[in-house]
Amino acid sequence: MLNPNLHLNPKIFDSDVETAPTRAGYGKGLLELGGKNPNVVVLSADLTESTHSHLFAEKYPDRFFEVGIGEQNMAAIAAGLAVTGKIPFIASYATFSPGKNWETIRTTIAYNQANVKIAGHHAGVMTGPDGATHQATEDVAIIRALPGIEIMVACDSIEAKKATIASCQTDSPVYLRYTRDKTPIMTTEQTPFEKGKNQTFWICTEPICTIFATGYLLHEALLAARELENEQINTLVVNVSTIKPLDEDGILNSLSATRAAVTVEDHQVVGGLAGAISELLALRDPLPVEFVGLQKTFAESGTPKELIKKYKMDKDAIKTAVKKVIARKT
Amino acid sequence: MDFDLTDQKIIELEEKAVKARELVIETLVEAGSGHSAGPLGMADIFTALYFHILNHDPKNPEWSDRDRLILSNGHICPIRYVSMAQAGYFPIEELKTLRKLNSRLQGHPHRTALPGLETTSGPLGEGISQGIGVALAAGLDKKKYHTYIIAGDGELEEGNIWESIMFGGKNKMDNITLIIDRNNIQIDGFTEIVMPLEPLKNKFEAFNWEAFEVDGNNIRAFVDTIREARAVHEKPTVIIAHTIPGKGVDFMENDFRWHGNPPDIADVPGAPPKGQQGKVALDELRTLQGKIEK
Repeated sequence: MLNPNLHLNPKIFDSDVETAPTRAGYGKGLLELGGKNPNVVVLSADLTESTHSHLFAEKYPDRFFEVGIGEQNMAAIAAGLAVTGKIPFIASYATFSPGKNWETIRTTIAYNQANVKIAGHHAGVMTGPDGATHQATEDVAIIRALPGIEIMVACDSIEAKKATIASCQTDSPVYLRYTRDKTPIMTTEQTPFEKGKNQTFWICTEPICTIFATGYLLHEALLAARELENEQINTLVVNVSTIKPLDEDGILNSLSATRAAVTVEDHQVVGGLAGAISELLALRDPLPVEFVGLQKTFAESGTPKELIKKYKMDKDAIKTAVKKVIARKT
Repeated sequence: MDFDLTDQKIIELEEKAVKARELVIETLVEAGSGHSAGPLGMADIFTALYFHILNHDPKNPEWSDRDRLILSNGHICPIRYVSMAQAGYFPIEELKTLRKLNSRLQGHPHRTALPGLETTSGPLGEGISQGIGVALAAGLDKKKYHTYIIAGDGELEEGNIWESIMFGGKNKMDNITLIIDRNNIQIDGFTEIVMPLEPLKNKFEAFNWEAFEVDGNNIRAFVDTIREARAVHEKPTVIIAHTIPGKGVDFMENDFRWHGNPPDIADVPGAPPKGQQGKVALDELRTLQGKIEK
């Protein structure tokens, strides 16, 4: 059942559950930050409206900088602003930032320890009709490999606002991942959010598998868990909203009873959440894991729903993975 | 902002620049790796900056009103470290630690390793953007410090530099001054053979910058050009400073093979045998006015 302590949206499983894009959470988060902290500044590389940076830009025009189509310039300008005491947020589609400007981020932000918040939008295959060139499916992996950058992936628009605001809690560079399309609202304003802490959204007695999901696919994981319950397969579903630093103890605790894991992400099964959890388990508690995500291929144009079905990231794929990993338990 | 230079001051700066070149050679020989041509070529400009132009306080590298000096072509950091040491940012002795384990003097400048560096650089093409960010912050904070940015000429081949040049032109940024080390060399050879940059002045003008050209090894001319550039307020300014790579050491001057080599590491045609290059270089260092007594 849904964890009652988390004050989740009671309409999660309704066919008319509210939906909103997580990028709207970015826009609202920036607006609130802008009002509270005069050092917050925002940069855009010709995607102001698409990334919802326009809300901040309209209210605080003196603190908004449009750089045009130049993501490397955007990242390094942000670095210069950051070392001079500002808190810059840079936003673009994740294929371009941190994709195109990865080395600039590495040198001028990560290694330089510049307090820049990097917003990667249009993440995942769910970007849809634009096709693979615009669907960021390796961005978590390339950032995760860099020392000194935290990573947060919100599960819905409400959490996205909280994550955006939480990114300013420390002076660490942060990578925040946002998606394009409207996705189901699973949380409420009352749902607690803490950077670095997982939350178990679906609980049950005697679970035999733990599903770790990050981002909007958490909803597919919850659908899967509910259907599996009808087949007497009890699972836990955990929302991993911070991929770095990973809530290691939380993950290990979530597995103490189940001893089998499934990871779920709209990202390659290489280097993202799957990689992070596998690394942890290999070092601390080797257990069978199955990966749900993009299976080492590029996707294509389509609707998000079509794509997650074709590329096996939907609830049916999750159910299949759960059954597979349970069969591997020794 | 007049940067007045008396004849006496010029002599002092030129002597300091010669000393800087000696320290560069000694430091590179000790390090066993690093870049020779750029640091030697830029010794006059760095001396002019650290000892005449910059509003700074070596004992207070975090002073919030200091002028900023951003080094985009980070590989020429040996001359920056030398000028900083001469100015009192850290002991001259510490120059011996360049590129060694646990050193604050990293092979390419690392902001958090050494106070006074302002940014981290090395991979080319990122310093102008960073300098622009620092200058934008000055605008937000209503501060009057000036941001000087040094970049290489080969470095201008990195496309994203032109993103920053467009941005500077768009925002009419008059609180930055870009200085290009126009020494005509890069690793694979002369710039005009590898990837021609000319007409270079026109390129900057096309991007709405005010462009100046000067002999970068002539301290008086360089300071005069800084004064002219600082007087321009309706556009960002760039000074294309023509320098002799390896300036001061006969066997290195104008030879691109000394871009990435320190003395004493390799046999280079036309140079003394490898074990003697450092010694010969030090013996030969001369002022712009003639040889100095050793």
